Amino acid sequence: MSYRKFGSTVRRLLLGAWSILWAGLRGAIPQAIAIFAAFLVGAIVLLATGHSPIDAYGTVLVGAFGDSYHIGQTLTQATPIIFTSLAFLFAFKCGLFNIGAEGQLLIGGFAAAAIGISFAGLPVYIHLPLALAAGAGGGALWGLIPGVLKAKLDAHEVITTMMLSYVALYVTSYMVNYPFKEPGSWVAQTVFVVPSAELPRILPPTQLSGSIVVALVMVSLIAYVLERTTLGYEVRAIGLNPSAARSGGINVRRGMILALVISGALAGLGGAGEILGVHRRFIDGFSPGYGWDGLAVALIGGLNPFGVVLASILFGALRSGGMEMNRALGVPLDVVFLIQALVVLFVAAPRLIRYLLKRGGYKW
Amino acid sequence: MVSVIDIINVGLFAAAIRMATPVAYASLGGIFSERAGVVNVGLEGMMLMGAFSGVLTSYYTGNPWLGVGGAILVGGALGLLHAVLTVKFGGNQIVSGTGINLFALGFTAYMSQTIWGSRGASKSVQGLGEISFSPLKGIPLIGDALNTMLSYKPLVYVMFVVVVLSYIVLFKTPLGLRIRAVGEHPAAADTAGINVYRTKYICLVLCGMLAGLGGVFLSLSNLSLFVLGMTGGRGFIALAAMILGGWKPLGALAASLLFGFTDALQMRLQSLGILPAQIILAIPYILTVIVLAGFVRKRIPPSDYKPYLKE
Amino acid sequence: MSTAAKMVNITKTFPGITANDNVDFEVKKGEVHGLLGENGAGKTVLMSILYGLYKPDKGQIFVNGKEVKIDNSAVAIKLGIGMVHQHFMLVPSLTVAENIVLGREPKKYALLLDIKKTLKDIEALSARYRLDVDPKASVCDLPVGVQQRVEILKALFRGAEILILDEPTSVLTPQEVEGLFDAIRALTGQGKSVIFISHKLKEVCAICDRITVLKRGKVVGTVEKKETSPDELAEMMVGREVVVALKKEHVEPGKTVLKLQGLNALNDRKLPALRDVDFEVHGYEILGLAGVEGNGQTELVEVLTGVRELKSGDILFDGKPVTHASPHERIGMGISCVPEDRQKNGLIMDFSVLENLMLGRHDRPPFATKWFRLNLSKATGFADRVIREYSIKTPGTGTLARHLSGGTQQKVIVAREFSRKPRFIIASQPTRGLDVGATEYVREKLVEMRDQGCAVLLISADLDEIFALSDRIAVIYEGRIVAVKEAKQTDELELGLLMTGGSR
Repeated sequence: MSYRKFGSTVRRLLLGAWSILWAGLRGAIPQAIAIFAAFLVGAIVLLATGHSPIDAYGTVLVGAFGDSYHIGQTLTQATPIIFTSLAFLFAFKCGLFNIGAEGQLLIGGFAAAAIGISFAGLPVYIHLPLALAAGAGGGALWGLIPGVLKAKLDAHEVITTMMLSYVALYVTSYMVNYPFKEPGSWVAQTVFVVPSAELPRILPPTQLSGSIVVALVMVSLIAYVLERTTLGYEVRAIGLNPSAARSGGINVRRGMILALVISGALAGLGGAGEILGVHRRFIDGFSPGYGWDGLAVALIGGLNPFGVVLASILFGALRSGGMEMNRALGVPLDVVFLIQALVVLFVAAPRLIRYLLKRGGYKW
Repeated sequence: MVSVIDIINVGLFAAAIRMATPVAYASLGGIFSERAGVVNVGLEGMMLMGAFSGVLTSYYTGNPWLGVGGAILVGGALGLLHAVLTVKFGGNQIVSGTGINLFALGFTAYMSQTIWGSRGASKSVQGLGEISFSPLKGIPLIGDALNTMLSYKPLVYVMFVVVVLSYIVLFKTPLGLRIRAVGEHPAAADTAGINVYRTKYICLVLCGMLAGLGGVFLSLSNLSLFVLGMTGGRGFIALAAMILGGWKPLGALAASLLFGFTDALQMRLQSLGILPAQIILAIPYILTVIVLAGFVRKRIPPSDYKPYLKE
Repeated sequence: MSTAAKMVNITKTFPGITANDNVDFEVKKGEVHGLLGENGAGKTVLMSILYGLYKPDKGQIFVNGKEVKIDNSAVAIKLGIGMVHQHFMLVPSLTVAENIVLGREPKKYALLLDIKKTLKDIEALSARYRLDVDPKASVCDLPVGVQQRVEILKALFRGAEILILDEPTSVLTPQEVEGLFDAIRALTGQGKSVIFISHKLKEVCAICDRITVLKRGKVVGTVEKKETSPDELAEMMVGREVVVALKKEHVEPGKTVLKLQGLNALNDRKLPALRDVDFEVHGYEILGLAGVEGNGQTELVEVLTGVRELKSGDILFDGKPVTHASPHERIGMGISCVPEDRQKNGLIMDFSVLENLMLGRHDRPPFATKWFRLNLSKATGFADRVIREYSIKTPGTGTLARHLSGGTQQKVIVAREFSRKPRFIIASQPTRGLDVGATEYVREKLVEMRDQGCAVLLISADLDEIFALSDRIAVIYEGRIVAVKEAKQTDELELGLLMTGGSR
């Protein structure tokens, strides 16, 4: 490639990135207002139950970003959420509601653990990708089932993914309480994975692992797939108008199945990342609900892969900062979940935001 | 040795009806909502808040029936919220419903911790006892058996009444006709002079109230306290029951009984230690998936699911 | 005759368009008043205001001499105004009786539906106005002509004195139109007023006493039927000499491109939609398929594009069987389709013009590379070229389809389908809802494709269009092909008969 071509390519990439960023920022105003409104209502709840919102929010902020240790922990909490929100986003682009990311994450985590604790003699560059692939594969399987049911039998994926989430919870719980339980331990957990299957810690002493690198790679990959490949085109077309898509030669059934499979795989990969990077073993109940966060984050992120990263960091901050707030002030951690729910509710109706603004005298 | 009679007996059927009751309430609520054209995946959250409100009210007033009233009120309020978000502001129905579910989880956990100091469970409160009189007692031969089947729990009797009432309202009254029209063809209802928005609001509030009733049954009738996440996905099973029942009250009751039966069976098997707990616990959920896979084909949802926007 | 209703200085605007501009309109008791104008002239909007569906920006409405504010349909109904819309407002799963009484249900014990009284009332109305219906039938099972009767009964049941009919004959056969006219005469005979919205000159002249012509939101004039002629009305409507004949030269038909043999297919309700359909389309030829909507045309298009499964029969394309080919394969073979419903099947409204132009070939070179990567630069080049070639009025390739006008949207579809240089084109109601300019353009393009050797199947409910474009004409009725003739050897009357199952 000549220098001139290189220069023009770089210029095009920069311009493209800038326009996406600008469009994203402009489009993010309703989300920003929703977040603000949610925090406001949260503050009211805190006040009503005898806590100071300023102290609480302040502690959350410090607890999330106060120093490099806390930032590392925040990013650690954010990482699995990036995966699950990408999962929700991808299915949503195809018009499907995958609310079973939690279950897909669990299955993926377990599959990765299963591979991780076996195969002692493998080099890391085989064992680790294998374990990650198992994680993605497990999640993919858990997305395949509702995908096929939806495509072939029109079974509503909201219910099937939800139900399978519960099934995943019980199946993995069973596995780690009986056949795969660490011998001699009271806790329901597996043995540690073989070191060759570990994702390296990149910011000791925090738990931040290579998982976040995988997450960011996935973000770029998904963004690319959605906008620049035929698969992404077809997925989006199906999501917007399945009738026209079918007439245009798109195999709608196959597209729906693929969307849910990829969605599940992403969530499963998130679970694998948690297991291989943070815990290094499968522990019953290791996920405090990362799957549900994914839904809220995808919406707040404006259903845009890059917005999702920002929103995931926000939620990661709420979680890790929230734990600090709980520890230091005794405020129940659940206020964080409450705020998350409020954001979802506010984001659910964009016109509500406009209405509130009009009431406040601001013309949208 | 475990024999069949240990598993299948009148107690099992009574348990089945007990387990079916909350699902039946919620699926009736779901029917009203969907017949009016609004998807409500927030049934789970409405049930949970109903369960919580019932316990909270009973805690402060000492009267479980006021607790029931509180549950109905709160459930109705959440139904109204869903209506405002989706009907008035044209928001996405599934997102709004999911938001309500998340809200219920967070709110009940937070308040539980704040009021009772325990995140997992509330303190014991005055629950709905059993009724000593029963309209069925007089019936010769089967009166007693029926009462046993209905566990002498008032909300179980009420449930059957509500099912019949729902059927009558939906198919034999002008209101029911309008609801069905609004859900299936809102433009037609509008030009016939029917207030589409008001009808949807009414149905959603009704839906919330019924879901709240289903929830408070779990907290004040089955137990006498609130446990974190005690609805355990029943709101979603109610949706499956609604679909399986063809969006008809009697069908939903039958489907709920089916689910209740498997739930009761699962608990019995668990108590007898036949299979590991987790496998058995998963059974109702697996069943729901199978049901959706096998039966959805034959049922066509009655409504359009898009917000009706004028001009 | 006294005035039943009067609208004075009515103005109504929507973003970007003035639908009604200072319109004065009056209808007398016992008269049939025609509201004539092209698509988009503002007829439906004006009547929607009268019926309370829209609120005017300016102007007054008088009913029986008193000024009124019609805020919603309930108010309009109370004032004695009833409306039968172009797209029926009937709930499919409910019965005729339930649909008619919806909103005004007779009650028993104050809470329950009184079904017996309902049936009695409906039978009485039905007899009085010569509108024959079965009250217990489900609306979804009824043919379109009967559904229209239900709509009219609905309005009468509510005590309508003024009945607004919006394009009532667009879904009727010539014979059913006569039945409707009978009912209208019965209505005016009993003192009711009828407002007849239409863009069909001949019918308006046949049934109306007075006619008001709207053009682009303004009133051009109100005339007595006796004092005017179809030509004069046409000129008022369009404002220029209406050119009816399209420039079309005779071309010799080529080889058989498409051959249908014994096609049988079911519709969505598992009832037979196509019965033993047999016909051929040749290259260099336009075969017009005439028929009233709902006789199997939709299913035929779906079967030809591969979206619907056949029960039995064969489709041969250039002699090769394609009966089970997927839509994807058929696009590759050179089959193109301009669908009936452009918003539902033709375009993805939230995709850009560029993305819509790619649809169908988005996964083939030159738009896609070997590794499923989209080649956007090639696609943009193609889009720019096509936008110029087909004069598509759009600010850019990135504009969403949703923001284009109806005519421009149709042009995008036409550009996409025709630029593929297909061997066979299905055009289903291609000019429906388009203004005169866009209609002319689409028709010219179809002839152009024919002249380049394409085989064209034109499906249209508009007999004028069929005659203007077709070399041969076939008629479909209840899923069967009842006739195939040379265009020159038949006329409107014969086609009208065939479309209803009769024969000369």
